[in-house]
Amino acid sequence: MSAVAEEYITEDGRKIGAVVMEMKNITLKFGGVVAIQDISFDIRQGEIRAIIGPNGAGKSSMLNVISGFYHPQEGEVWYKGARRPTMRPYQVAAQGIARTFQNIALFEGMSVLDNVMTGRLTHMNTNMFQQGLWYGKARAEEIANRQKVEEVIDFLEIQAIRKTPVGRLPYGLKKRVELARALAAEPSILLLDEPMAGMNVEEKEDMSRFILDVNDEFGTTIALIEHDMGVVMDLSDRVVVMDYGKKIGDGTPDEVRNNQDVIDAYLGVAHD
Amino acid sequence: MSEQFIWGIEVFLNGLMAGVLYALVALGFVLIYKASGIFNYAQGVMALFAAMTLVGIMNGQVPFAHLINAIFGTNVHHFGWHVPAFLAILLTAGVMVGFAWIVQRFIFRHLVGQEPIILFMATIGLAYFLEGVSDLMWNSEIKKLDVGLPQGINLAIDDFTYGIFDYGFFIDNLDIVATIIAAILVLALTIFSQYSKQGRAMRAVADDHQAALSVGVSLNFVWIMVWSVAGFVALVAGIMWGTKSGVQFSLSLIALKALPVLMLGGFTSIPGAIVGGLIIGVGEKLFEFAIGPMIGGATENWFAYVLALIFLVFRPQGLFGEKIIERV
Repeated sequence: MSAVAEEYITEDGRKIGAVVMEMKNITLKFGGVVAIQDISFDIRQGEIRAIIGPNGAGKSSMLNVISGFYHPQEGEVWYKGARRPTMRPYQVAAQGIARTFQNIALFEGMSVLDNVMTGRLTHMNTNMFQQGLWYGKARAEEIANRQKVEEVIDFLEIQAIRKTPVGRLPYGLKKRVELARALAAEPSILLLDEPMAGMNVEEKEDMSRFILDVNDEFGTTIALIEHDMGVVMDLSDRVVVMDYGKKIGDGTPDEVRNNQDVIDAYLGVAHD
Repeated sequence: MSEQFIWGIEVFLNGLMAGVLYALVALGFVLIYKASGIFNYAQGVMALFAAMTLVGIMNGQVPFAHLINAIFGTNVHHFGWHVPAFLAILLTAGVMVGFAWIVQRFIFRHLVGQEPIILFMATIGLAYFLEGVSDLMWNSEIKKLDVGLPQGINLAIDDFTYGIFDYGFFIDNLDIVATIIAAILVLALTIFSQYSKQGRAMRAVADDHQAALSVGVSLNFVWIMVWSVAGFVALVAGIMWGTKSGVQFSLSLIALKALPVLMLGGFTSIPGAIVGGLIIGVGEKLFEFAIGPMIGGATENWFAYVLALIFLVFRPQGLFGEKIIERV
Protein backbone atom coordinates (compact mmCIF):
# COMPACT_ATOMS: atom_id res chain seq x y z
CA MET A 1 0.00 0.00 0.00
CA SER A 2 1.39 3.29 -1.02
CA ALA A 3 -1.01 5.40 0.99
CA VAL A 4 0.95 7.99 2.93
CA ALA A 5 -1.31 8.72 5.82
CA GLU A 6 0.31 11.66 7.52
CA GLU A 7 -1.33 15.05 7.62
CA TYR A 8 0.47 18.25 6.87
CA ILE A 9 0.05 21.99 6.93
CA THR A 10 0.34 23.94 3.69
CA GLU A 11 2.34 27.11 3.19
CA ASP A 12 -0.68 29.28 3.87
CA GLY A 13 -1.50 27.38 7.03
CA ARG A 14 -4.27 25.07 5.79
CA LYS A 15 -4.50 21.59 7.22
CA ILE A 16 -4.51 18.80 4.65
CA GLY A 17 -5.52 15.30 5.69
CA ALA A 18 -4.77 11.75 4.60
CA VAL A 19 -5.35 10.40 1.09
CA VAL A 20 -9.09 9.91 0.49
CA MET A 21 -9.00 8.96 -3.16
CA GLU A 22 -6.27 7.46 -5.23
CA MET A 23 -6.17 6.85 -8.96
CA LYS A 24 -3.71 4.11 -9.85
CA ASN A 25 -2.41 3.70 -13.39
CA ILE A 26 -5.67 4.69 -15.05
CA THR A 27 -5.89 4.07 -18.80
CA LEU A 28 -9.04 4.96 -20.72
CA LYS A 29 -9.51 4.31 -24.43
CA PHE A 30 -12.30 5.11 -26.83
CA GLY A 31 -11.71 2.64 -29.62
CA GLY A 32 -8.22 3.49 -30.82
CA VAL A 33 -8.09 6.86 -29.13
CA VAL A 34 -6.27 6.89 -25.83
CA ALA A 35 -7.92 9.57 -23.71
CA ILE A 36 -6.02 8.82 -20.52
CA GLN A 37 -2.72 6.98 -20.45
CA ASP A 38 -1.43 5.37 -17.29
CA ILE A 39 -2.15 8.25 -14.93
CA SER A 40 -1.81 8.05 -11.15
CA PHE A 41 -2.49 10.71 -8.58
CA ASP A 42 -4.19 11.12 -5.25
CA ILE A 43 -6.63 13.45 -3.59
CA ARG A 44 -6.22 14.28 0.08
CA GLN A 45 -8.86 15.01 2.66
CA GLY A 46 -9.80 18.68 2.79
CA GLU A 47 -7.66 19.92 -0.08
CA ILE A 48 -8.52 21.69 -3.29
CA ARG A 49 -7.03 19.63 -6.06
CA ALA A 50 -6.93 21.08 -9.56
CA ILE A 51 -6.59 19.19 -12.81
CA ILE A 52 -5.34 21.40 -15.60
CA GLY A 53 -4.13 20.98 -19.14
CA PRO A 54 -4.71 22.21 -22.68
CA ASN A 55 -7.92 21.37 -24.55
CA GLY A 56 -8.32 17.66 -25.22
CA ALA A 57 -5.84 16.69 -22.54
CA GLY A 58 -8.31 14.25 -20.97
CA LYS A 59 -9.25 16.28 -17.90
CA SER A 60 -13.00 15.84 -18.23
CA SER A 61 -12.49 12.15 -19.01
CA MET A 62 -10.62 11.83 -15.75
CA LEU A 63 -13.45 13.47 -13.85
CA ASN A 64 -15.88 11.12 -15.58
CA VAL A 65 -13.81 8.16 -14.47
CA ILE A 66 -13.94 9.37 -10.88
CA SER A 67 -17.71 9.88 -11.00
CA GLY A 68 -18.38 6.55 -12.72
CA PHE A 69 -19.59 7.87 -16.08
CA TYR A 70 -16.59 6.25 -17.81
CA HIS A 71 -14.98 2.97 -16.92
CA PRO A 72 -11.23 2.76 -17.49
CA GLN A 73 -9.84 -0.30 -19.28
CA GLU A 74 -6.89 -0.45 -16.93
CA GLY A 75 -6.05 0.84 -13.50
CA GLU A 76 -7.76 1.05 -10.14
CA VAL A 77 -9.69 3.64 -8.24
CA TRP A 78 -9.19 3.58 -4.48
CA TYR A 79 -11.66 5.40 -2.32
CA LYS A 80 -11.47 5.68 1.46
CA GLY A 81 -8.88 2.96 1.69
CA ALA A 82 -10.64 0.34 -0.42
CA ARG A 83 -10.53 -0.54 -4.08
CA ARG A 84 -13.71 0.62 -5.75
CA PRO A 85 -15.38 -1.96 -7.96
CA THR A 86 -16.83 -0.86 -11.32
CA MET A 87 -19.76 1.33 -10.41
CA ARG A 88 -22.64 3.05 -12.13
CA PRO A 89 -22.73 6.85 -11.68
CA TYR A 90 -25.71 6.74 -9.31
CA GLN A 91 -23.84 4.31 -7.07
CA VAL A 92 -20.83 6.60 -7.02
CA ALA A 93 -23.11 9.49 -6.06
CA ALA A 94 -24.54 7.42 -3.22
CA GLN A 95 -20.97 6.95 -1.93
CA GLY A 96 -20.67 10.68 -1.39
CA ILE A 97 -19.09 11.93 -4.59
CA ALA A 98 -21.03 14.84 -6.08
CA ARG A 99 -20.23 16.65 -9.29
CA THR A 100 -21.10 19.49 -11.63
CA PHE A 101 -20.84 19.39 -15.40
CA GLN A 102 -18.94 21.43 -17.95
CA ASN A 103 -22.13 22.13 -19.91
CA ILE A 104 -24.45 22.45 -16.92
CA ALA A 105 -26.78 19.50 -16.43
CA LEU A 106 -29.68 20.89 -14.43
CA PHE A 107 -33.34 19.94 -14.48
CA GLU A 108 -34.49 22.88 -16.60
CA GLY A 109 -38.19 22.38 -16.05
CA MET A 110 -37.95 22.26 -12.27
CA SER A 111 -37.60 25.13 -9.82
CA VAL A 112 -34.27 25.98 -8.21
CA LEU A 113 -35.56 24.59 -4.92
CA ASP A 114 -36.58 21.28 -6.51
CA ASN A 115 -33.27 21.05 -8.30
CA VAL A 116 -31.35 21.48 -5.08
CA MET A 117 -33.72 19.03 -3.35
CA THR A 118 -32.71 16.32 -5.83
CA GLY A 119 -29.23 16.69 -4.38
CA ARG A 120 -30.66 15.21 -1.17
CA LEU A 121 -32.03 12.07 -2.82
CA THR A 122 -29.14 9.94 -1.60
CA HIS A 123 -29.93 11.01 1.96
CA MET A 124 -33.59 10.04 1.84
CA ASN A 125 -34.28 6.47 2.84
CA THR A 126 -38.03 6.11 3.06
CA ASN A 127 -39.54 3.77 0.48
CA MET A 128 -42.29 4.38 -2.01
CA PHE A 129 -45.11 3.24 0.25
CA GLN A 130 -44.05 5.46 3.11
CA GLN A 131 -43.70 8.33 0.66
CA GLY A 132 -47.07 7.54 -0.79
CA LEU A 133 -48.71 7.75 2.62
CA TRP A 134 -46.79 10.95 3.33
CA TYR A 135 -47.07 10.52 7.04
CA GLY A 136 -44.68 10.24 9.94
CA LYS A 137 -41.25 9.18 8.79
CA ALA A 138 -41.52 10.37 5.20
CA ARG A 139 -42.73 13.76 6.29
CA ALA A 140 -40.09 14.21 8.98
CA GLU A 141 -37.45 13.22 6.46
CA GLU A 142 -38.68 15.73 3.89
CA ILE A 143 -38.68 18.52 6.46
CA ALA A 144 -35.17 17.71 7.70
CA ASN A 145 -33.82 17.60 4.17
CA ARG A 146 -35.62 20.74 3.17
CA GLN A 147 -33.92 22.51 6.07
CA LYS A 148 -30.52 21.39 4.85
CA VAL A 149 -31.38 22.61 1.36
CA GLU A 150 -32.39 26.01 2.70
CA GLU A 151 -29.01 26.28 4.40
CA VAL A 152 -27.25 25.59 1.12
CA ILE A 153 -29.44 28.10 -0.68
CA ASP A 154 -28.60 30.73 1.94
CA PHE A 155 -24.94 29.85 1.74
CA LEU A 156 -24.77 30.35 -2.02
CA GLU A 157 -26.98 33.45 -1.89
CA ILE A 158 -29.67 32.22 -4.26
CA GLN A 159 -32.66 32.81 -1.96
CA ALA A 160 -34.21 35.27 -4.38
CA ILE A 161 -34.55 32.76 -7.19
CA ARG A 162 -35.52 29.65 -5.25
CA LYS A 163 -38.96 29.33 -6.88
CA THR A 164 -37.81 30.24 -10.41
CA PRO A 165 -37.70 27.50 -13.03
CA VAL A 166 -34.05 26.90 -13.83
CA GLY A 167 -34.66 27.26 -17.58
CA ARG A 168 -35.22 30.98 -17.10
CA LEU A 169 -31.99 31.71 -15.27
CA PRO A 170 -28.91 33.29 -16.84
CA TYR A 171 -25.81 31.17 -17.28
CA GLY A 172 -23.86 32.36 -14.26
CA LEU A 173 -26.72 31.64 -11.87
CA LYS A 174 -27.29 28.21 -13.39
CA LYS A 175 -23.69 27.35 -12.60
CA ARG A 176 -24.33 28.41 -9.03
CA VAL A 177 -27.51 26.34 -8.77
CA GLU A 178 -25.62 23.33 -10.04
CA LEU A 179 -23.04 23.88 -7.33
CA ALA A 180 -25.87 24.16 -4.80
CA ARG A 181 -27.33 20.84 -5.92
CA ALA A 182 -23.95 19.14 -5.58
CA LEU A 183 -23.37 20.74 -2.17
CA ALA A 184 -26.78 19.69 -0.90
CA ALA A 185 -25.57 16.10 -1.10
CA GLU A 186 -22.98 16.96 1.59
CA PRO A 187 -20.37 15.13 -0.46
CA SER A 188 -17.04 13.89 0.83
CA ILE A 189 -15.57 14.79 -2.54
CA LEU A 190 -16.93 17.54 -4.76
CA LEU A 191 -15.98 17.39 -8.44
CA LEU A 192 -16.24 20.63 -10.39
CA ASP A 193 -15.88 20.52 -14.16
CA GLU A 194 -14.92 24.02 -15.27
CA PRO A 195 -16.98 25.88 -12.66
CA MET A 196 -15.99 29.23 -14.15
CA ALA A 197 -16.14 28.58 -17.87
CA GLY A 198 -17.84 31.36 -19.76
CA MET A 199 -18.15 33.68 -16.77
CA ASN A 200 -17.21 37.34 -16.53
CA VAL A 201 -14.65 38.56 -14.03
CA GLU A 202 -17.19 39.41 -11.38
CA GLU A 203 -18.94 36.05 -11.63
CA LYS A 204 -15.58 34.30 -11.49
CA GLU A 205 -14.70 36.16 -8.30
CA ASP A 206 -18.02 35.14 -6.76
CA MET A 207 -17.54 31.54 -7.73
CA SER A 208 -13.96 31.48 -6.42
CA ARG A 209 -15.19 32.85 -3.12
CA PHE A 210 -17.89 30.18 -2.90
CA ILE A 211 -15.45 27.40 -3.66
CA LEU A 212 -13.06 28.60 -0.96
CA ASP A 213 -15.90 29.07 1.50
CA VAL A 214 -17.23 25.58 0.87
CA ASN A 215 -13.79 24.12 1.43
CA ASP A 216 -13.24 26.27 4.51
CA GLU A 217 -16.57 25.97 6.20
CA PHE A 218 -17.54 22.37 5.51
CA GLY A 219 -14.05 20.98 5.01
CA THR A 220 -15.22 19.53 1.68
CA THR A 221 -12.54 17.98 -0.47
CA ILE A 222 -12.71 19.53 -3.93
CA ALA A 223 -11.31 18.37 -7.24
CA LEU A 224 -11.74 20.86 -10.03
CA ILE A 225 -10.93 21.40 -13.67
CA GLU A 226 -10.36 24.98 -14.73
CA HIS A 227 -8.81 26.83 -17.61
CA ASP A 228 -8.22 30.19 -15.99
CA MET A 229 -4.64 29.83 -14.73
CA GLY A 230 -4.86 32.75 -12.34
CA VAL A 231 -7.85 31.21 -10.63
CA VAL A 232 -6.33 27.75 -10.48
CA MET A 233 -3.09 28.92 -8.95
CA ASP A 234 -4.92 31.01 -6.37
CA LEU A 235 -7.44 28.39 -5.33
CA SER A 236 -5.71 25.07 -5.33
CA ASP A 237 -3.40 23.34 -2.89
CA ARG A 238 -2.05 20.90 -5.44
CA VAL A 239 -2.27 20.69 -9.20
CA VAL A 240 -2.16 17.77 -11.66
CA VAL A 241 -1.18 18.78 -15.19
CA MET A 242 -2.28 16.65 -18.12
CA ASP A 243 -1.39 16.82 -21.79
CA TYR A 244 -2.50 14.42 -24.52
CA GLY A 245 -3.78 11.98 -21.91
CA LYS A 246 -0.53 11.86 -19.98
CA LYS A 247 0.44 13.35 -16.66
CA ILE A 248 3.22 15.86 -17.12
CA GLY A 249 3.25 17.52 -13.73
CA ASP A 250 1.96 17.14 -10.18
CA GLY A 251 2.63 19.38 -7.20
CA THR A 252 1.95 22.70 -5.53
CA PRO A 253 1.08 25.63 -7.79
CA ASP A 254 4.61 26.95 -7.50
CA GLU A 255 6.20 23.66 -8.40
CA VAL A 256 3.94 23.26 -11.38
CA ARG A 257 4.53 26.80 -12.57
CA ASN A 258 8.25 26.16 -12.77
CA ASN A 259 7.99 22.72 -14.37
CA GLN A 260 9.62 22.82 -17.82
CA ASP A 261 7.24 20.19 -19.31
CA VAL A 262 4.26 22.23 -18.21
CA ILE A 263 5.64 25.42 -19.67
CA ASP A 264 6.30 23.60 -22.94
CA ALA A 265 2.80 22.17 -23.06
CA TYR A 266 1.20 25.56 -22.60
CA LEU A 267 3.56 27.77 -24.57
CA GLY A 268 4.80 25.30 -27.16
CA VAL A 269 8.34 24.10 -27.80
CA ALA A 270 10.67 25.48 -30.41
CA HIS A 271 11.37 22.80 -32.98
CA ASP A 272 14.91 22.98 -34.13
CA MET B 1 -87.04 26.53 -19.81
CA SER B 2 -86.98 25.00 -23.21
CA GLU B 3 -86.68 21.27 -23.61
CA GLN B 4 -83.66 21.69 -25.86
CA PHE B 5 -81.77 23.51 -23.14
CA ILE B 6 -82.50 20.91 -20.49
CA TRP B 7 -81.46 18.11 -22.79
CA GLY B 8 -78.32 20.11 -23.50
CA ILE B 9 -77.44 20.10 -19.81
CA GLU B 10 -77.93 16.34 -19.65
CA VAL B 11 -75.73 15.84 -22.69
CA PHE B 12 -73.13 18.14 -21.14
CA LEU B 13 -73.04 16.12 -17.93
CA ASN B 14 -72.76 12.84 -19.82
CA GLY B 15 -69.99 14.38 -21.88
CA LEU B 16 -68.08 15.25 -18.72
CA MET B 17 -68.36 11.66 -17.55
CA ALA B 18 -67.18 10.27 -20.88
CA GLY B 19 -64.34 12.78 -20.81
CA VAL B 20 -63.14 11.42 -17.49
CA LEU B 21 -62.74 7.99 -19.07
CA TYR B 22 -60.75 9.46 -21.95
CA ALA B 23 -58.62 11.32 -19.44
CA LEU B 24 -57.86 8.09 -17.61
CA VAL B 25 -56.31 6.60 -20.72
CA ALA B 26 -54.49 9.80 -21.61
CA LEU B 27 -53.02 9.88 -18.11
CA GLY B 28 -51.14 6.65 -18.75
CA PHE B 29 -49.56 8.19 -21.84
CA VAL B 30 -48.55 11.36 -20.05
CA LEU B 31 -46.89 9.53 -17.16
CA ILE B 32 -44.55 7.55 -19.38
CA TYR B 33 -43.92 10.41 -21.76
CA LYS B 34 -43.01 12.75 -18.92
CA ALA B 35 -40.60 10.36 -17.29
CA SER B 36 -38.88 8.79 -20.25
CA GLY B 37 -39.78 10.75 -23.36
CA ILE B 38 -41.39 7.62 -24.78
CA PHE B 39 -44.75 7.93 -26.49
CA ASN B 40 -46.22 4.64 -25.42
CA TYR B 41 -48.44 3.38 -28.21
CA ALA B 42 -49.07 0.23 -26.17
CA GLN B 43 -50.99 2.06 -23.42
CA GLY B 44 -54.38 1.01 -24.84
CA VAL B 45 -53.30 -2.61 -25.19
CA MET B 46 -51.99 -2.46 -21.64
CA ALA B 47 -55.50 -1.53 -20.52
CA LEU B 48 -56.86 -4.48 -22.48
CA PHE B 49 -54.24 -6.83 -21.06
CA ALA B 50 -54.92 -5.61 -17.52
CA ALA B 51 -58.68 -6.07 -17.92
CA MET B 52 -58.26 -9.56 -19.43
CA THR B 53 -55.89 -10.59 -16.69
CA LEU B 54 -58.32 -9.32 -14.08
CA VAL B 55 -61.23 -11.26 -15.56
CA GLY B 56 -59.04 -14.31 -16.02
CA ILE B 57 -57.91 -14.31 -12.41
CA MET B 58 -61.42 -13.67 -11.09
CA ASN B 59 -62.86 -16.55 -13.09
CA GLY B 60 -60.00 -18.87 -12.24
CA GLN B 61 -59.01 -19.30 -15.86
CA VAL B 62 -55.84 -21.26 -16.51
CA PRO B 63 -53.38 -18.93 -18.23
CA PHE B 64 -52.12 -20.17 -21.60
CA ALA B 65 -54.72 -22.94 -21.39
CA HIS B 66 -54.88 -23.31 -25.16
CA LEU B 67 -51.13 -23.62 -25.45
CA ILE B 68 -50.85 -26.08 -22.57
CA ASN B 69 -53.61 -28.26 -24.00
CA ALA B 70 -52.07 -28.23 -27.44
CA ILE B 71 -48.67 -29.27 -26.18
CA PHE B 72 -49.56 -31.78 -23.48
CA GLY B 73 -52.82 -33.04 -24.92
CA THR B 74 -54.60 -32.10 -21.71
CA ASN B 75 -57.95 -30.42 -21.46
CA VAL B 76 -57.69 -27.81 -18.71
CA HIS B 77 -59.51 -24.51 -18.83
CA HIS B 78 -60.45 -23.55 -15.31
CA PHE B 79 -58.99 -24.01 -11.88
CA GLY B 80 -62.53 -24.22 -10.67
CA TRP B 81 -62.32 -21.37 -8.18
CA HIS B 82 -63.43 -17.78 -8.15
CA VAL B 83 -61.17 -15.11 -6.76
CA PRO B 84 -62.83 -12.16 -5.00
CA ALA B 85 -62.61 -8.89 -6.97
CA PHE B 86 -60.44 -7.05 -4.47
CA LEU B 87 -57.82 -9.78 -4.32
CA ALA B 88 -57.91 -10.18 -8.09
CA ILE B 89 -57.26 -6.46 -8.57
CA LEU B 90 -54.24 -6.67 -6.25
CA LEU B 91 -52.92 -9.69 -8.13
CA THR B 92 -53.42 -7.95 -11.47
CA ALA B 93 -51.56 -4.89 -10.18
CA GLY B 94 -48.75 -7.29 -9.31
CA VAL B 95 -48.81 -8.68 -12.83
CA MET B 96 -48.57 -5.14 -14.22
CA VAL B 97 -45.49 -4.47 -12.08
CA GLY B 98 -43.96 -7.66 -13.44
CA PHE B 99 -44.84 -6.51 -16.93
CA ALA B 100 -43.14 -3.16 -16.24
CA TRP B 101 -40.01 -4.96 -15.15
CA ILE B 102 -39.96 -7.15 -18.26
CA VAL B 103 -40.52 -4.20 -20.60
CA GLN B 104 -37.71 -2.26 -18.97
CA ARG B 105 -35.31 -5.19 -18.68
CA PHE B 106 -35.72 -6.61 -22.17
CA ILE B 107 -36.65 -3.64 -24.33
CA PHE B 108 -36.02 -0.13 -23.12
CA ARG B 109 -32.83 -0.75 -21.18
CA HIS B 110 -31.21 -1.58 -24.49
CA LEU B 111 -32.57 1.50 -26.20
CA VAL B 112 -31.31 4.18 -23.82
CA GLY B 113 -30.24 7.25 -25.73
CA GLN B 114 -31.94 6.22 -28.99
CA GLU B 115 -34.00 8.60 -31.10
CA PRO B 116 -37.61 9.11 -29.94
CA ILE B 117 -38.89 7.58 -33.17
CA ILE B 118 -37.00 4.33 -32.43
CA LEU B 119 -38.55 4.20 -28.98
CA PHE B 120 -41.95 4.86 -30.49
CA MET B 121 -41.48 2.01 -32.96
CA ALA B 122 -40.52 -0.24 -30.07
CA THR B 123 -43.81 0.54 -28.32
CA ILE B 124 -45.74 -0.28 -31.50
CA GLY B 125 -44.01 -3.63 -31.55
CA LEU B 126 -44.77 -4.02 -27.87
CA ALA B 127 -48.45 -3.23 -28.50
CA TYR B 128 -48.87 -6.01 -31.06
CA PHE B 129 -46.82 -8.43 -29.03
CA LEU B 130 -48.87 -7.76 -25.91
CA GLU B 131 -52.08 -8.10 -27.87
CA GLY B 132 -51.00 -11.55 -29.02
CA VAL B 133 -49.90 -12.55 -25.53
CA SER B 134 -53.24 -11.40 -24.08
CA ASP B 135 -55.16 -13.62 -26.50
CA LEU B 136 -52.83 -16.55 -26.00
CA MET B 137 -52.96 -16.20 -22.24
CA TRP B 138 -56.66 -15.62 -21.69
CA ASN B 139 -58.25 -16.49 -25.08
CA SER B 140 -60.00 -13.96 -27.22
CA GLU B 141 -63.69 -14.36 -26.29
CA ILE B 142 -65.60 -11.30 -25.24
CA LYS B 143 -65.78 -11.42 -21.47
CA LYS B 144 -68.01 -9.76 -18.95
CA LEU B 145 -66.27 -7.84 -16.19
CA ASP B 146 -68.05 -7.20 -12.92
CA VAL B 147 -66.00 -6.15 -9.95
CA GLY B 148 -69.06 -4.93 -8.11
CA LEU B 149 -69.13 -1.35 -9.36
CA PRO B 150 -72.65 0.11 -9.37
CA GLN B 151 -74.24 0.35 -12.78
CA GLY B 152 -77.41 1.68 -14.34
CA ILE B 153 -79.30 4.92 -13.92
CA ASN B 154 -78.71 6.93 -10.79
CA LEU B 155 -82.18 7.33 -9.33
CA ALA B 156 -81.28 10.09 -6.91
CA ILE B 157 -80.18 12.38 -9.74
CA ASP B 158 -83.14 11.28 -11.80
CA ASP B 159 -85.55 12.22 -8.99
CA PHE B 160 -83.75 15.42 -8.12
CA THR B 161 -83.69 16.77 -11.65
CA TYR B 162 -87.28 15.65 -12.22
CA GLY B 163 -88.25 17.87 -9.29
CA ILE B 164 -86.54 20.89 -10.84
CA PHE B 165 -86.98 20.57 -14.59
CA ASP B 166 -89.87 18.15 -14.72
CA TYR B 167 -87.45 15.95 -16.61
CA GLY B 168 -85.22 13.28 -15.08
CA PHE B 169 -81.58 13.22 -16.19
CA PHE B 170 -80.08 9.90 -17.15
CA ILE B 171 -76.70 9.64 -15.47
CA ASP B 172 -75.05 6.24 -15.18
CA ASN B 173 -73.81 5.21 -11.75
CA LEU B 174 -70.69 3.73 -13.32
CA ASP B 175 -69.78 7.09 -14.81
CA ILE B 176 -70.09 8.74 -11.43
CA VAL B 177 -67.85 6.12 -9.83
CA ALA B 178 -65.35 6.48 -12.67
CA THR B 179 -65.26 10.23 -12.15
CA ILE B 180 -64.59 9.91 -8.46
CA ILE B 181 -61.89 7.28 -8.92
CA ALA B 182 -60.22 9.26 -11.69
CA ALA B 183 -60.23 12.40 -9.55
CA ILE B 184 -58.60 10.55 -6.65
CA LEU B 185 -56.06 8.96 -8.96
CA VAL B 186 -55.08 12.26 -10.54
CA LEU B 187 -54.81 14.02 -7.22
CA ALA B 188 -52.68 11.25 -5.79
CA LEU B 189 -50.39 11.14 -8.83
CA THR B 190 -49.94 14.90 -8.88
CA ILE B 191 -49.07 15.07 -5.21
CA PHE B 192 -46.78 12.06 -5.53
CA SER B 193 -44.83 13.50 -8.43
CA GLN B 194 -44.58 16.96 -6.92
CA TYR B 195 -43.74 16.24 -3.31
CA SER B 196 -42.33 12.78 -2.82
CA LYS B 197 -38.75 11.67 -3.11
CA GLN B 198 -39.56 9.17 -5.86
CA GLY B 199 -41.66 11.73 -7.70
CA ARG B 200 -38.78 14.14 -7.66
CA ALA B 201 -36.46 11.45 -8.97
CA MET B 202 -39.00 10.75 -11.70
CA ARG B 203 -39.11 14.38 -12.79
CA ALA B 204 -35.33 14.55 -12.61
CA VAL B 205 -34.98 11.59 -14.97
CA ALA B 206 -37.50 13.12 -17.34
CA ASP B 207 -35.47 16.30 -17.48
CA ASP B 208 -31.86 15.18 -17.79
CA HIS B 209 -30.49 11.64 -17.60
CA GLN B 210 -26.89 12.62 -16.88
CA ALA B 211 -27.78 15.06 -14.16
CA ALA B 212 -30.13 12.51 -12.60
CA LEU B 213 -27.35 9.94 -12.49
CA SER B 214 -25.00 12.44 -10.90
CA VAL B 215 -27.34 13.03 -7.95
CA GLY B 216 -27.69 9.31 -7.36
CA VAL B 217 -30.86 8.37 -9.23
CA SER B 218 -30.99 4.90 -10.79
CA LEU B 219 -32.59 5.30 -14.22
CA ASN B 220 -33.70 1.68 -14.28
CA PHE B 221 -35.52 1.93 -11.00
CA VAL B 222 -37.35 5.09 -12.02
CA TRP B 223 -38.39 3.63 -15.37
CA ILE B 224 -39.70 0.43 -13.82
CA MET B 225 -41.61 2.56 -11.33
CA VAL B 226 -43.11 4.70 -14.07
CA TRP B 227 -44.15 1.73 -16.21
CA SER B 228 -45.69 0.16 -13.12
CA VAL B 229 -47.71 3.27 -12.38
CA ALA B 230 -48.77 3.46 -16.04
CA GLY B 231 -49.72 -0.21 -15.80
CA PHE B 232 -51.82 0.56 -12.75
CA VAL B 233 -53.55 3.44 -14.54
CA ALA B 234 -54.15 1.07 -17.46
CA LEU B 235 -55.72 -1.37 -15.01
CA VAL B 236 -58.09 1.29 -13.69
CA ALA B 237 -59.00 2.37 -17.22
CA GLY B 238 -59.43 -1.28 -18.19
CA ILE B 239 -61.80 -1.88 -15.28
CA MET B 240 -63.94 1.16 -16.15
CA TRP B 241 -64.13 0.53 -19.88
CA GLY B 242 -64.37 -3.22 -19.42
CA THR B 243 -67.31 -2.87 -17.05
CA LYS B 244 -68.97 -0.46 -19.44
CA SER B 245 -68.60 -2.33 -22.70
CA GLY B 246 -67.16 -5.76 -21.96
CA VAL B 247 -63.58 -6.93 -22.15
CA GLN B 248 -62.75 -7.37 -25.82
CA PHE B 249 -60.23 -6.36 -28.43
CA SER B 250 -61.86 -2.99 -29.15
CA LEU B 251 -60.84 -1.93 -25.65
CA SER B 252 -57.33 -1.36 -26.97
CA LEU B 253 -58.67 1.17 -29.46
CA ILE B 254 -59.52 3.63 -26.71
CA ALA B 255 -55.87 4.54 -27.00
CA LEU B 256 -56.74 6.25 -30.25
CA LYS B 257 -59.29 8.37 -28.42
CA ALA B 258 -56.57 9.47 -26.07
CA LEU B 259 -54.51 10.98 -28.89
CA PRO B 260 -56.65 14.07 -29.46
CA VAL B 261 -56.94 14.44 -25.70
CA LEU B 262 -53.16 14.58 -25.50
CA MET B 263 -52.87 17.08 -28.33
CA LEU B 264 -55.32 19.31 -26.54
CA GLY B 265 -53.93 18.99 -23.07
CA GLY B 266 -50.24 18.71 -23.89
CA PHE B 267 -48.15 15.55 -23.71
CA THR B 268 -46.38 16.57 -20.54
CA SER B 269 -49.18 17.75 -18.28
CA ILE B 270 -51.24 15.62 -15.91
CA PRO B 271 -53.87 18.36 -15.41
CA GLY B 272 -53.76 18.80 -19.19
CA ALA B 273 -54.81 15.19 -19.69
CA ILE B 274 -57.80 15.76 -17.44
CA VAL B 275 -58.96 19.04 -18.92
CA GLY B 276 -58.28 17.77 -22.44
CA GLY B 277 -60.35 14.67 -21.74
CA LEU B 278 -63.23 16.74 -20.40
CA ILE B 279 -63.19 19.14 -23.35
CA ILE B 280 -63.19 16.28 -25.84
CA GLY B 281 -65.88 14.39 -23.94
CA VAL B 282 -68.19 17.39 -23.62
CA GLY B 283 -67.32 18.77 -27.03
CA GLU B 284 -68.13 15.66 -28.99
CA LYS B 285 -71.37 14.97 -27.11
CA LEU B 286 -72.64 18.56 -27.43
CA PHE B 287 -71.58 18.76 -31.08
CA GLU B 288 -73.38 15.52 -31.85
CA PHE B 289 -76.44 16.81 -30.00
CA ALA B 290 -76.56 20.30 -31.51
CA ILE B 291 -75.00 20.00 -34.98
CA GLY B 292 -75.13 16.24 -35.55
CA PRO B 293 -78.74 16.00 -36.75
CA MET B 294 -78.13 18.75 -39.32
CA ILE B 295 -75.25 16.95 -41.01
CA GLY B 296 -76.38 13.36 -40.70
CA GLY B 297 -74.89 12.41 -37.33
CA ALA B 298 -71.96 10.12 -36.45
CA THR B 299 -69.89 13.19 -35.67
CA GLU B 300 -68.43 11.54 -32.58
CA ASN B 301 -66.09 9.56 -34.80
CA TRP B 302 -64.22 12.54 -36.10
CA PHE B 303 -65.02 15.58 -33.96
CA ALA B 304 -62.19 14.97 -31.47
CA TYR B 305 -59.59 14.75 -34.21
CA VAL B 306 -60.72 17.91 -35.95
CA LEU B 307 -60.65 19.76 -32.64
CA ALA B 308 -57.15 18.46 -32.01
CA LEU B 309 -56.05 19.58 -35.48
CA ILE B 310 -57.31 23.09 -34.84
CA PHE B 311 -55.38 23.11 -31.59
CA LEU B 312 -52.23 21.94 -33.31
CA VAL B 313 -52.38 24.94 -35.60
CA PHE B 314 -52.87 27.54 -32.90
CA ARG B 315 -51.20 26.05 -29.85
CA PRO B 316 -48.86 23.20 -30.73
CA GLN B 317 -47.74 22.55 -27.15
CA GLY B 318 -51.34 22.02 -26.04
CA LEU B 319 -53.25 23.82 -23.31
CA PHE B 320 -50.88 22.95 -20.48
CA GLY B 321 -47.82 21.67 -22.31
CA GLU B 322 -44.42 22.96 -21.39
CA LYS B 323 -43.69 26.14 -23.23
CA ILE B 324 -40.71 25.84 -25.46
CA ILE B 325 -38.28 28.32 -23.92
CA GLU B 326 -35.08 28.72 -25.80
CA ARG B 327 -32.27 30.98 -24.69
CA VAL B 328 -30.04 31.99 -27.52
